[in-house]
Amino acid sequence: MLASRHIMTMDDVTADEIALILETAESFAEVNQRRIKKLPTLRGRTVVNLFFEPSTRTRTSFEIAAKRLSADGINFSASSSATVKGETLRDTAKTLAAMACDLVVVRHKYAGAPQMLAEVMDCSIVNGGDGVHEHPTQALLDLYTMRQALGKLAGLRVGIVGDICHSRVAGSLVPALRKVGATPVVIAPPTLLPARPDVLGAEVMWDLDEALPALDVCYLLRVQFERADAMPFPSNREYASLYGMNLARMAKLPRHAIVMHPGPMNRGVEISADVADSDRSVILEQVESGVAVRMAVMYLLLGGADSGAAA
Amino acid sequence: MVFREKAEVMDADAMDRALTRIAHEILEANKGAGDIALAGIMTRGVDMANRLAERIARIEGTAVPVGSLDISFYRDDVATRLSPEVHTTDIPYPVEGRTIVLVDDVLYTGRTIRAAMDAIMDYGRPANVQLAVLVDRGHRELPIRADFVGKNVPTSRRERVKVYLDEHDGREAVVILEDDGKGE
Repeated sequence: MLASRHIMTMDDVTADEIALILETAESFAEVNQRRIKKLPTLRGRTVVNLFFEPSTRTRTSFEIAAKRLSADGINFSASSSATVKGETLRDTAKTLAAMACDLVVVRHKYAGAPQMLAEVMDCSIVNGGDGVHEHPTQALLDLYTMRQALGKLAGLRVGIVGDICHSRVAGSLVPALRKVGATPVVIAPPTLLPARPDVLGAEVMWDLDEALPALDVCYLLRVQFERADAMPFPSNREYASLYGMNLARMAKLPRHAIVMHPGPMNRGVEISADVADSDRSVILEQVESGVAVRMAVMYLLLGGADSGAAA
Repeated sequence: MVFREKAEVMDADAMDRALTRIAHEILEANKGAGDIALAGIMTRGVDMANRLAERIARIEGTAVPVGSLDISFYRDDVATRLSPEVHTTDIPYPVEGRTIVLVDDVLYTGRTIRAAMDAIMDYGRPANVQLAVLVDRGHRELPIRADFVGKNVPTSRRERVKVYLDEHDGREAVVILEDDGKGE
């Protein structure tokens, strides 16, 4: 049971709650190995996926998580909803609230959309990515994957490389790492850093090659061409040569270090194909963890809710 | 509520004898250890299942497989109450066609056993499912009974029955706890 009813930013969970979510996720990971991957836990609960931005892995992952817990999952995507007829987010939210759903997963291009939903809806809200702000379940599944691969979180040095200023993944991962006692290091050219990188609360480095030998995790971000106003660097080739992960760079990492990417990948830009498919890449493990971690989040948010209200 | 110890109903020797008897009864009822697998319910049921497996091995010379079941996700009160701690279920044997003996420390309302039956069925279709408990304290809320019982202990609903095991508590005993009436 979590203190907050929502997971909209990493501020909604404490370090102890992160540990609880990861431990619960481990039990759900076992369920995902079974032949019958279904539990009766959230029977009769309704989970709505409200996606105003394109998504395959996050939406599918939440959808599978809801189904495996026997919740009824409903998908709203912007292109097929009344949004194209001009309905506002607030009205869409009120409409859904009137249908009595228990949990809404929202993805929206504007930061703060989950908080707005929480104001008008009487249900749990999970942020599935809001603008360039946060994507907390991604950070949680990343922590889970790191812990599975490296056996611990405290003390890890995690390099987050690339498009920091457009990345909601980094927006959640940096505070998440700090909460569990790991050290986030953001590594990017100045054009891909926020104007005030010091507010991130992470160490800042410009030179990837210098950073590599000390990293336990090298986390590559997708260059978000669709969010950039102008090309933030001269060419993809130049970016790849300075910040792209390739076999030569991977060899500079300590032998135990792992390579991560939230997907979808721009192969040949931030990560080369041979690194993405190497045995040190845990990119598919991240996807696999996603289902278990989202099951844990749904279980902990929706379970025990009544007693929480009474207490 | 604060609970204080009212009475010790089983000591280490009594528990030891009860478990040995249950091991014999399981073997007798199933005509040997052939198709048997044990499934302990977290957490003390698992320790008891291990102890039963040891005894069965000693008596029959056959190692019966032991699994551990966490029933948190199968509870009927998930909406109101969450298990404080969730453990990972581990059933390291095929359930299909087997005789599964569920093992728990205390049988009370029967709701845990209902959840455990649902949980084990998700691993396959057992030939039959039996239930062994160290203590049956009554007050069933579902049509469930144990096949093997260490001791029947009449209790009131206000009381609690607590099984202490060396593995967790550094003490071997079954005690009845009573609300001391002092409230929170």
